[in-house]
Amino acid sequence: MRREVAMLIGLALAAATAGHALAARSAAVGIREFKFAPAALSIHPGTTVTWTNRDEETHTITSTTGAFASAGLGNDETFTQTFTKPGIYEYFCALHPQMRARVIVK
Amino acid sequence: MDRIDRRGFLQCMAWTGSALVWTSAAGVLTSRMAGSAEAADTAAGGFSFVQISDTHIGFKGQANSDSTVTLKQVIDRVNALQPAPAFVLHTGDQTHGQKPGAFDTVAEMLKGVKTERIFYVPGEHDVFLDGGTEYLSRYGKGTVGGHGWQSFDYKGTHFVGLINVLKYKGEGMGALGQDQIEWLEKDLAPLSASTPVVVFAHVPLWSVYPKWGWVTEDAERALGYLKRFGSVTVLNGHIHQVLTKVEGSVRFHTAMSTAFPQPAPGSAPAPGPMKISETEARRMIGVTEASFVRGTEPLAIVDSTLG
Repeated sequence: MRREVAMLIGLALAAATAGHALAARSAAVGIREFKFAPAALSIHPGTTVTWTNRDEETHTITSTTGAFASAGLGNDETFTQTFTKPGIYEYFCALHPQMRARVIVK
Repeated sequence: MDRIDRRGFLQCMAWTGSALVWTSAAGVLTSRMAGSAEAADTAAGGFSFVQISDTHIGFKGQANSDSTVTLKQVIDRVNALQPAPAFVLHTGDQTHGQKPGAFDTVAEMLKGVKTERIFYVPGEHDVFLDGGTEYLSRYGKGTVGGHGWQSFDYKGTHFVGLINVLKYKGEGMGALGQDQIEWLEKDLAPLSASTPVVVFAHVPLWSVYPKWGWVTEDAERALGYLKRFGSVTVLNGHIHQVLTKVEGSVRFHTAMSTAFPQPAPGSAPAPGPMKISETEARRMIGVTEASFVRGTEPLAIVDSTLG
């Protein structure tokens, strides 16, 4: 019994650690119907974010400060960016500037 | 009116204070287009020209698996016109997302158009990656200060090509910018109010649907300088469908794309290529021909679809 409990705790810890590690290292943003989702993404420093364009229209991921900028992404194309420093990173689509979103690194 | 009805025109408007009657139509009118061009040629001072828009070379989607195929069909259609159009206006989005090689493909294909000259204005797809560097290196020569905007006169009609995608900003609206508007004021100043004026630009110069960015934020100022003219036609692209509006003596007209249609304003959650069959899409893409006939004949704008 004691061994089983210990094993369960161990598994839970392993799962939690693995989950945290995954959450800390990668995150995804979808682009669909001219919207970034989530529009506000919170991540830890060191996380790599992958954007995937699900629209047939071309979109871009363009930082408002020039910190990063993708080329035009066609349907199902992706763009990745790793965020190392804490901060709020606003971005938009250069082709459709009404599409705005942010990455919050803390 | 009989002649116009027989030709299947959908709309017909007479302007108060103007001898010109404007007609606009949709549908397959190839043979009739040829007829109207012929009429234009025989009347003194008459001529016709063609507007091609939103060729989006590099686009591949449900509605069109190869946008070079439909552009070729449009070019064949234009080359069948008798007589040939005096010139062609390309109102932007030559490329789909400035894909490498797309400008070359368009240039090569358009060499096959039987016309004297092609005038260009860019769409946002042609300039967003590099701020217009490649576009202007190809099409800036001979334009005002190499900025890409320009004007010219043809048989008594004044044509103005404006750029409203290089200051693309804010809430997704196109913009002309201070420099270009000041140039426009000076460009129009010496003209008499009876000079017919045709303005062409990519994004509509009227507020079609701001929520989708289908508007030019500072167009009002530009239009202010055009109000004194008795006959103004504004030709735009960007929205991939035919829409018309008359405001005073200004007639606004948007052209179809040669590549894919977009939904009617507000009819879908978002703009963008419609996800429909290629057969269906060909009934919503095509080309625009305008015939100027001075004197007794009307000026006609005819939109014809590929399908």
